[in-house]
Amino acid sequence: MAEKVLIVDDEKDFLEIIAERLGVRGMDVSTATSAEDALHMVEEKSYDVVIMDFMMPAVDGFKALKLLKQKQPEIQIILLTGNVPEQKHIEAKELGALDVIEKPPDLKVLIQKIKKAKKAHPSVRGNKRQERK
Amino acid sequence: MNGQLENIAESGFQFFGKIAASISHEIKNVLAIINENAGLLEDLTLMAERGMAIDPQRLKALSQTLMKQVKRADTIIKNMNRFAHSADASLQTVDLNDLIELLVALSNRIAAMRGITLNPKLNQNPMTIRTSPFLLLNLLWLCLDFAMDAAGGDKVVELITEKADGGIQIRFKRIGSPEGVSPFPAEREKRLLDLLKAEMEVSTVNREILVRLSEEVVSHG
Repeated sequence: MAEKVLIVDDEKDFLEIIAERLGVRGMDVSTATSAEDALHMVEEKSYDVVIMDFMMPAVDGFKALKLLKQKQPEIQIILLTGNVPEQKHIEAKELGALDVIEKPPDLKVLIQKIKKAKKAHPSVRGNKRQERK
Repeated sequence: MNGQLENIAESGFQFFGKIAASISHEIKNVLAIINENAGLLEDLTLMAERGMAIDPQRLKALSQTLMKQVKRADTIIKNMNRFAHSADASLQTVDLNDLIELLVALSNRIAAMRGITLNPKLNQNPMTIRTSPFLLLNLLWLCLDFAMDAAGGDKVVELITEKADGGIQIRFKRIGSPEGVSPFPAEREKRLLDLLKAEMEVSTVNREILVRLSEEVVSHG
């Protein structure tokens, strides 16, 4: 089953192309240009993973991460960063981010992380437990 | 005196660091766009090798995006270069309008992160002064930072350059309510004002910060 991915970035030229490239590779990709839009979108549809830029206007990555986790604690989030100190990576993980990737991302690495995120999603873990039973 | 210099140096390093971090983040964004567009070109080439037709319009759009991003990176680097050279000499003749344009270009992304739009309203005539460009940029950044923190509901900060008696002045307008904003100017701003022989007024009634500069604003003392 295709991975359901939501990508959030205010850089439209980045967002549209990376969505297309992941789509070509069989993923079900949605996009949002702001954290506010992403927060609405996760209420409408469930995603395996949200890939979100760390630095966006108005609601930044940390705040968006907290809000998304409050809305859907099971949601898996990968943060994309332009250039933030290592300490921020640790803080992001402490707040529940699955991973932090620097821009520009290596697509192969990103796809691996998305697959890992899907496996880490509670619904997938739950299904596997039931299969084993 | 040593304490004063340390204070100024610390403020200068913080300012330089803030701007350098913002620039590097923006360049990383440009690289990410170029990287994805190059990757998509590679994807399309692989598809073409397997017999799928490539739409020429698609290639045209990709090349245009690449050129746009190269131009964007070039502008960012030019501004970074101007900023770096502002510290070349302690005293230079500069046009205040150019300096405000540079400040806005350097601060646009930081402002956007706070949901704020910067609106420079520059005087039609050149506004030449002899000053320390780096120290003045530092002072103006502190004013702008303060103004952005206190921006009104419409989230716009205007930067207005004007002629004044015996010198020139800059207004940072629409600073909104002072509620919840730290007192200004603080110690380091006072030191910068002294060094630049500048005066400052913060008016909550007019919702603005006014910085007055005499024609030669750097202290030689």
